[in-house]
Amino acid sequence: MRFVDEFRDPKLAKTLIERLHKRAAQLPYTAEKPMQIMEVCGGHTHAIFKFGLDKLLPPQLEFIHGPGCPVCVLPMGRIDACCEIAAHPDVIFCTFGDALRVPGKQGSLLNARERGADVRVVYSPLDALKLARENPQRQVVFFALGFETTLPVTAVTLQQARREGLTNFSVFCQHISLIPTLRSLLQQDDVRIDAFLAPGHVSMVIGTAPYHFINTQFGKPLVVSGFEPLDMLQSVLMLVEQVCEASCKTENQYRRIVPEEGNVLAQNAIREVFQLSGSSEWRGLGLIEASGISLTETYSAFDAERRFRPQTQSVADDPRSRCGDVLTGRCKPHECPLFGTGCTPHNAFGALMVSSEGACAAWYQYRYLENEPAQEQQEMKQKVAG
Amino acid sequence: MSERNDVVTMAHGSGGRAMQQMIERMFLSAFDNPWLNEREDGARLSLAAMSEQGDRLAFTTDSYVIDPIFFPGGNIGKLAVCGTANDLSVSGAIPAYLSCGFILEEGLPMDDLQKIVSLMAQTAREAGIAIVTGDTKVVQRGAADKIFINTAGIGVIPGDVAWGAGQIQCGDKVIVSGTLGDHGATILNLREQLGMDLGIQSDCAVLAPMVAPLRAVSGVHALRDATRGGVNAILHEFSEASGFGISIDENALPVKSAVRGICELLGLEPLNFANEGKLVAVVSAQAEERVLNLLRKHPLGADAATIGEVTENPQVCLRGALGVSRQLMLPHTEPLPRIC
Repeated sequence: MRFVDEFRDPKLAKTLIERLHKRAAQLPYTAEKPMQIMEVCGGHTHAIFKFGLDKLLPPQLEFIHGPGCPVCVLPMGRIDACCEIAAHPDVIFCTFGDALRVPGKQGSLLNARERGADVRVVYSPLDALKLARENPQRQVVFFALGFETTLPVTAVTLQQARREGLTNFSVFCQHISLIPTLRSLLQQDDVRIDAFLAPGHVSMVIGTAPYHFINTQFGKPLVVSGFEPLDMLQSVLMLVEQVCEASCKTENQYRRIVPEEGNVLAQNAIREVFQLSGSSEWRGLGLIEASGISLTETYSAFDAERRFRPQTQSVADDPRSRCGDVLTGRCKPHECPLFGTGCTPHNAFGALMVSSEGACAAWYQYRYLENEPAQEQQEMKQKVAG
Repeated sequence: MSERNDVVTMAHGSGGRAMQQMIERMFLSAFDNPWLNEREDGARLSLAAMSEQGDRLAFTTDSYVIDPIFFPGGNIGKLAVCGTANDLSVSGAIPAYLSCGFILEEGLPMDDLQKIVSLMAQTAREAGIAIVTGDTKVVQRGAADKIFINTAGIGVIPGDVAWGAGQIQCGDKVIVSGTLGDHGATILNLREQLGMDLGIQSDCAVLAPMVAPLRAVSGVHALRDATRGGVNAILHEFSEASGFGISIDENALPVKSAVRGICELLGLEPLNFANEGKLVAVVSAQAEERVLNLLRKHPLGADAATIGEVTENPQVCLRGALGVSRQLMLPHTEPLPRIC
């Protein structure tokens, strides 16, 4: 299959891995104290586990799974607010499918649907806009979620809604900005991140310049990476080469998609519709300064929270969950006491188990059984069979 | 006021004249066979005729609630025949008789019902299966979604056939009879209005003619048709029942590029997609080539392939494109409900 198989070629992968092993031997890192590379994006985390990339790396390198899954960092109180709006009898509440199962304190949007709310899955905010046109007597609310990757399409949808003068369409804005989060991570004490793989799709919109402070202020090398295995292996190699050569810069591996300046049209649309609005709560990480996004005054009429005024709710995460430690590289998912027992994908307790792209959910899906001794598994199977 | 005949009404389920007319004009004429035509409350089936074919009966049932009811490659009626007939076939049985129960929503266009019944009849007839008894209920608008069908089936298992997950041995080969996920991808594209021009259709088919020659092969240990939950669900069922693991090779999976494409776009796995005309067979290493050849001789099995083998380690694993093996979890919930 074109555009897929050429980026998964096992021969090319082998060449890259051999090169990585050779160069990694020259790094000032060891198996005991490896170079920790944070892949920021949940899509990268998923690819690492799916293709077993971490198992192909030399022992001097290790991945840390970053906060770049917008569903994972969604605070529970925000879901409760969504459910409250969805419960209005005249509301059609539209959401991306992966937000459907995220639990709030009062249950998920799926639970709200079971209680009679009209909750629908859409693949684009433009689908929600279409529903608004087709149902003029109903209020259509779109749950706008995500980083700079999904911001432009929400912006364009709102521009369209404003042009059409639609009065029965609004968005519940849970967009967040990635850059402040990276800054916040790097400002923490005893942070163990040595280099970054930056998310390809966010970068496609914002370009590469916004990452420069990571090199200049924090001295960490960064490579914007694609999502296929060869993309990621090549990006890791580029980071290793930087360290070997004692350089520290922002490089772009994903040139076939990411222009250095990003997508200017998208940036303009974002600027017209959205503004940074102070701090925002991130599940697992807490409040992060200047990471929240809201609608500009021109578009405030489309703000679902103004229209429906749901109660503001703040819900604390369980103190036993170690989401924050996983996100900052202090522990691996299975080292959390709740992993696989109190916290599973179908009964997610912590942020990183919520979406399939979260580090814990990926670990559970691809690695869970590896942490159990074979004997116990055999006994478990025999019990099931018997 | 004149009676409406263009849609199903509550009268068609009332037990009165309207119902009698519908049964006669629609069901009896389409399904037409000696057992049904006796019009008794239950079909009377000859034991002697069946015992000539084998020494055990296989008996199974399934309900069909697929949305949409018409799709490229079939409709809910065809599915209701294929699904139940295939459950019999993979039990080692020769499918013989089906019952069918219809739950119709008031307002269902009569033309739609006619199309569904006609294709059911045609599918059953072509497979040598008789629909010998049935039932019709009509419920008020909103109490069901257009049409639900239940079918139950009886087949005869020849004396020398003993397929089952308990027969599975370490070292056995795992074979699929063709490309994975055609049905699931077709329905997903249609239902979610993705509007992709995939050029594929549901693989909905009666597998009996393809399965028949396998009954003579020693070394065939277990068969299942890979419907809801896809091949992944079957592998886990086999693993749990046998106490062994299964290791499959991602590069060996037969998947049409359109199905791969939709999976790549939406982050789904073809292994979890439903099929309605594909089986998974576990056979001894000695029988592997013979089974593959027999499957490939039939048009439904043209793309049959060995995808992996049974292992001592009791996990279900997938060896990925780069050669790294990983566990294959069963998803907690289906990605898409009401696919059959």
